[in-house]
Amino acid sequence: MLKINNLHVSLEDEDKEILKGVDLTVDAGTVHAIMGPNGSGKSTLSYVLSGKEGYNVTDGSVELNGDNIMDLEPEERAALGLFLAFQYPIEIPGVGNMTFLRTALNAQRKARGEDEISATDFLRLVREKAATLKIDSDMLKRPVNVGFSGGEKKRNEILQMAMLEPKICILDETDSGLDVDAMKLVANGVNALRNEGRGFLVITHYQRLLDHIKPDVVHIMADGKIIKSGGPELALEVENNGYSDLLDEAS
Amino acid sequence: MELSKHNNDAELEIKKSTVLNSGWSAKARIDAFERLAKSGLPTVRDEYWKYTNPKTLTNKIVEKASLLPEHESDIFKSVSPLKIVFVDGKFSPEKSDEFILSGLSIERLDTIKKLDLHWAKELYGRYEKLGQLSVSRPLAAYNTAYANEGLIIHVTDRVECPINIIYEHEDEYSDVILHHVIKIDSNAELTLLESGAAAARLNQVLEVEVNEDAKFNHIRVLGRDHERRAATHIFGELSRGSTLKSFTLTVNGILTRNECFLNIAGDDAMAHISGACVGDGDFHHDDTVFVTHDAVGSESRQVFKKVLRNGATGVFQGKILVKPDAQKTDGYQISQSLLLDEDSQFLAKPELEIYADDVACSHGSTSGAIDEDALFYLTSRGISKPVAIDMLTMAFLAEAVDEIDNYNLKDVILELLSGWLERRR
Ligand SMILES: Nc1ncnc2c1ncn2[C@@H]1O[C@H](COP(=O)(O)OP(=O)(O)OP(=O)(O)O)[C@@H](O)[C@H]1O
Ligand SMILES: [Mg+2]
Repeated sequence: MLKINNLHVSLEDEDKEILKGVDLTVDAGTVHAIMGPNGSGKSTLSYVLSGKEGYNVTDGSVELNGDNIMDLEPEERAALGLFLAFQYPIEIPGVGNMTFLRTALNAQRKARGEDEISATDFLRLVREKAATLKIDSDMLKRPVNVGFSGGEKKRNEILQMAMLEPKICILDETDSGLDVDAMKLVANGVNALRNEGRGFLVITHYQRLLDHIKPDVVHIMADGKIIKSGGPELALEVENNGYSDLLDEAS
Repeated sequence: MELSKHNNDAELEIKKSTVLNSGWSAKARIDAFERLAKSGLPTVRDEYWKYTNPKTLTNKIVEKASLLPEHESDIFKSVSPLKIVFVDGKFSPEKSDEFILSGLSIERLDTIKKLDLHWAKELYGRYEKLGQLSVSRPLAAYNTAYANEGLIIHVTDRVECPINIIYEHEDEYSDVILHHVIKIDSNAELTLLESGAAAARLNQVLEVEVNEDAKFNHIRVLGRDHERRAATHIFGELSRGSTLKSFTLTVNGILTRNECFLNIAGDDAMAHISGACVGDGDFHHDDTVFVTHDAVGSESRQVFKKVLRNGATGVFQGKILVKPDAQKTDGYQISQSLLLDEDSQFLAKPELEIYADDVACSHGSTSGAIDEDALFYLTSRGISKPVAIDMLTMAFLAEAVDEIDNYNLKDVILELLSGWLERRR
């Protein structure tokens, strides 16, 4: 489904290479986790996959269901089913959360040649999904993420994901800033979306998220490369021993 | 218009004689004429006109202003106002409703100006004159001296139905002077809506006296005809406990100078003045605002937002003056521009002048571009870039539009704004 091949990325403004040959394939129906030390390039990978400006792809390719997506705009990638839950969700004063969600959903539907969702269907859907994530109607009415607590912002990301029903979901440290109960809500939200047609790329520092969202494959990223891949036990190893052994092994 | 600081006496006498035969308003007109003769017409060399060249406003020759293919006469129809229509400054009885509305009287300057006596004698030119004490405003003095048309409105009660003055523009070279006077009695209330391009060149003055506990709501939409030029002035006097709220929307316009001079003369009065404008290319829009607090416990807000693209220019000159006895004044002023490209410019001169010690005043002025992170966030959810930019633009304008209390009127304004943005996608 998502196929990343020898991806090299440097910054547009500085002569600095951040991703140094990433190879990674996420098949439909699977959950892949990425762990790795701070600054290893995990968020950069998620941004480049979603089409953020400011990076130069110097080598390699990324395919989503067979289409090369690297020349597409962020909105085109979204319409193809790519979704990023941000490590730091952006506050947008003046844009209502509901308006934002409805505009996004309808834009994607339109791009795929589908009909727009009716106002009543939309309301019903958003209320239902928000309830399972314990997002109250007051939060829905507020401007996007404005005045939300750290954990509320993360839950709002999952709400967007649940509404947009993407094919490949990238979650960048969605667990950070969540209390124990919120973590369960978020994990339940993610698990509810797990199915044969959908792939997940879950970036995290902690095993505890992976207790709730069981990964099929765990990758370790360091200095812009995947240095090791394995089963869920790899995450436990990191939890217990940190990265030093793995880093030594790789070098 | 043709008048310089070096007018000779003979010319002055001739000009004077033209205003003499004007019944009850003659004295005010002669006064205004003398103010004008003293100051002369403005030029770019005047400090107050540093950012806006008044040449095409004062030239004898009127520049051509092409017409929009269709009129936008009925933009306020959702609130069913009483309509009064002027076509290039001439009153149109066919297009207007009858001036019948309980709680107020409406007369036209043109029909009453020959009378010897009229209540408006006390008001006509009075607040315009007061507004000249701080800075000279020659175009307003010119207006008082020469205006032949306008509405004289006396509001005696709370009037629910808004009045909509519609200014149609049909003549590509029309040069129009309008002078309105509004007196709102104690506890009375009026909503005035103004809309339309009015003329190739418009010089308009609105004097409004808001008496104790009275309310004046004012929403205006300057017409979309791009080549029009306008210099407008609002002069307002607020008594104890009164409220004045004025919002102006400007979409397009090669030259607009909107001056507003408000004197808060009564305790606990409130003045909110705001504006949103969006302009493209050779658009030039100037908001020049002067609010004087001369009473205790009064509040004023100035909220101005400008969206500028393709080299458009926005100007804001705003001042809050707090007199020595105006304790407990709450004054707020914000002027911001969103520059959609590097060619556009925003020139701002925010000022506070405070002589009382127990006051809370703040002002801020910023100019910035679209927030790239917010744009990426929206597009990453599937919203196309042009739509996302429009959403962020509307969000930027929201603080100004939110100054409008009435939901229906707010919707009218939001729709006009999004229409403008859509046409430029
Ligand atoms: N726009 C930028 N300008 C300068 N340096 C950048 C930029 N973006 C990323 N970097 C650098 O690239 C490296 C990778 O950053 P990235 O945010 O991808 O790391 P990460 O693996 O997500 O880290 P964390 O676990 O702390 O979230 C870091 O050294 C970071 O400082
Ligand atoms: Mg990161």
